[in-house]
Amino acid sequence: MTISYLNKEFNVVRDDSRCIKCQVCARQCANNVHRYDEEYDEMCSDGGDCAACQRCVTLCPTGALSVQRNTSQLREHFNWTSDVQRNIVKQAETGGVLLSGMSTDRPHPIYWDRILLNASQVTNPSIDPLREPMELRTYLGRKPDRVELDHSGGTPTLRNPPGPQLKLEVPMMFSAMSYGSISYNACLSLARAARSAGTYWNTGEGGLHRDFNEFGPCTIVQVASGRFGVTPQYLMAGAAIEIKIGQGAKPGIGGHLPGEKVSKSISETRMIPVGSDAISPAPHHDIYSIEDLRLLIYALKEATNYTKPVCVKIAAVHNVAAIASGSVRAGADIIAIDGLRGGTGAAPTVIRDNVGIPIELAIAAVDSRLREEGIRNQASLVCAGGIRGSADIVKAIALGADAVYIATSALIAMGCHVCQKCYTGRCNWGIATQDPNLVRRLNPEIGARRLSNLLRAWSHEIKELMGGMGVNAIESLRGNRHHLRGVNMSDTELKILGIEPAGG
Amino acid sequence: MRDQRYIPSGCAISGIMSEEGRLLDGTMIMDSIANMHFRANGLGGGFAAYGIYPEQKDYYALHMMFDSPKGKDDAEEFLARYFVVRFDERIPFRRVAAIKNRPVLWRYFVTVKEEIKEEFYDFTEEDIVVKAVMEINRTLEDAFVTSSGKNMGVFKGVGYPEDIGEFFKLESYKAYLWTAHGRFPTNTSAWWGGAHPFGLLDWTVVHNGEISSYGINRRYLSNFGYECFMQTDTEVITYLIDLLVRKHRLPIDIAAKVLSAPLWDKIQSMPDDERKLMETLRMTYGGALLNGPFSVVLGSGKMMVGLNDRIKLRPMVAARDKDLVFISSEEAAIRTVCPRPEKVWSVAAGEPVVAVLKDKAA
Repeated sequence: MTISYLNKEFNVVRDDSRCIKCQVCARQCANNVHRYDEEYDEMCSDGGDCAACQRCVTLCPTGALSVQRNTSQLREHFNWTSDVQRNIVKQAETGGVLLSGMSTDRPHPIYWDRILLNASQVTNPSIDPLREPMELRTYLGRKPDRVELDHSGGTPTLRNPPGPQLKLEVPMMFSAMSYGSISYNACLSLARAARSAGTYWNTGEGGLHRDFNEFGPCTIVQVASGRFGVTPQYLMAGAAIEIKIGQGAKPGIGGHLPGEKVSKSISETRMIPVGSDAISPAPHHDIYSIEDLRLLIYALKEATNYTKPVCVKIAAVHNVAAIASGSVRAGADIIAIDGLRGGTGAAPTVIRDNVGIPIELAIAAVDSRLREEGIRNQASLVCAGGIRGSADIVKAIALGADAVYIATSALIAMGCHVCQKCYTGRCNWGIATQDPNLVRRLNPEIGARRLSNLLRAWSHEIKELMGGMGVNAIESLRGNRHHLRGVNMSDTELKILGIEPAGG
Repeated sequence: MRDQRYIPSGCAISGIMSEEGRLLDGTMIMDSIANMHFRANGLGGGFAAYGIYPEQKDYYALHMMFDSPKGKDDAEEFLARYFVVRFDERIPFRRVAAIKNRPVLWRYFVTVKEEIKEEFYDFTEEDIVVKAVMEINRTLEDAFVTSSGKNMGVFKGVGYPEDIGEFFKLESYKAYLWTAHGRFPTNTSAWWGGAHPFGLLDWTVVHNGEISSYGINRRYLSNFGYECFMQTDTEVITYLIDLLVRKHRLPIDIAAKVLSAPLWDKIQSMPDDERKLMETLRMTYGGALLNGPFSVVLGSGKMMVGLNDRIKLRPMVAARDKDLVFISSEEAAIRTVCPRPEKVWSVAAGEPVVAVLKDKAA
């Protein structure tokens, strides 16, 4: 093999005056960056391929380590940046498609940061959520156009009860991450946290491990193009079924779980042979049109006797509004839209960084379109892809979402440091790996607690923001763009978002 | 002329109704609302009166305002397309020094043309009236319909309510139901059409408060073809009531639970049937929930309803004395016209006070 022209991306810097040579770093690094040299009784950090995952830094008992960008400086060039050069070199050496994990790291506009929220002053009182009720409960599913009552029995009763609904105590759910892309312990942490917070986690395309059946009532089971693990029992086990058409990080392409990750347990859950690649095709091969989507939606409803809402998850692409509208008319009870900044375990970098549109614009366009068509009540809208905090959630809901999906922030809560190497299977935090020694590092008790804490903290903040706006029920925030103002935006962007400029 | 921005406002409201249909002249309601002079700022006052046109009770009474002779011509041309005008006249007024810059005030008593009913065969007659009123208010530059119900009318303008009442000679009208409004708009644009009550068909709404859910209420209504051109809370409340009660046929007490929904905690402890009903109402009508501080008196040909927001952020007092029901922002405004009512109570959050016209009355 010829020498690689790639320079190391990161250096680990060790403060020898602090290091006690305990070798924690050497034991923790799955990338073999650290080693102990017995002959010289010295710790070395010059091997392997540091991903800047911060595992060693975090666990070093004396704080002796830090990760720094390789300080060997390229001559600066605006067009030929070091990232660009690295990519070319990698491809020149391998002839392959570049892979990335997590969401795009390109500086696409983040519209959340250009949207500001309202608060009450004088003419209406703000509400203190510590003293007054503040309601976040949300129901996802198809709602009737109107309530029809039967008055024959004296007290009025319902003539047209609504179809099956998901009841959320907080307007956030855990987005789809398969068992396979993430570890057993990561799945278990998500499931436990969802149950305790009164919300839902999502199996992704990984099937439902038999141990997780008990979490069925707080589980959304996914049916994707590979149909892994889909059985009648699987469909009945969940609270809702999600048909995955697309993913924000990689619209238009499928998925690939490499065979080396397909352990016995994963093979059983996905119903594929041990060690075989799990390939999800780009399209569903039974969905080549909107009519076909309708067939699958109703096949799933028939299979579950109309007891489960069916969600259709699509990536935010150029004509997302029309696609969402068609999906609602095809029978979807919930539409999940995953934006440009959505995450993934593995995606071709070129797709992750260039395909799709920002979720803010997509949610606004879809909500407006469904309202124009008078069918907004027929499906709930879930906003996914890059939700970073409670303010993003409040803005998403005010733009028109019923709830949000979170995934990357959930991973960060469990220990992820967004090193973007999920696809290597060497996640030092025990999340995106199937290596039993690494998986063991994530304690599901602790993982669940950290996730519950995150949901609780964000709920408190959402309540504070709502109270400031003078509303005490989340349905009064939903689609209420009156409470949003834009800064640093063109008239066109403001128009698509349906909001006024600040000061206007 | 019309401000296209959202207009928050504070206010005084009052309503008096005889459930027996006994006719009262306008002095009682004028005295009541005048008692709350300092809740208004002189930028708007108005009244709604029910039972005032017994002779023309089968015709829709259109109270209109015109800012120019052209506005009147345009409106009459428009009316001729939809309606047969049975009778029309200038709305009588007297000189009041404080009332300045009046529009031309006119009333038309109309019926819907047969051929229009034929053309819009999937509309009810009331739907046609709503459509015509909204079209006039939205498209005609200098014309505005203030009320459009039968045997009722709205009298309103820029000024303190007691001056507006005097200007319109309300002491000469006899009604079984009166509501009144003194306005404290928190912006300075004041035009006659923007005063309250807001009216559509025989619904009228007087309102004190600011609806923090306005943005979604308005978008929710647009699903059902209501276009909010006034940019006021009162308009939104009126359309919501029209939607829920007239179009969706919900009883008023159920509609009140949509507008001022009980808390989930409370719903949780209800008996099964009621709990399911309330859950479904909240799921279905989330966009119709009025959030933020408000107290409202709703008038219609058949009833008067007082409603407070779900956590009572604005004052509202009710009283009953024989056949009379009073609802007001302040107890003093009731006692000034009925010093010792049989019963006086503070209206609970989200619990409607409903006064109903007895069957044989009026």
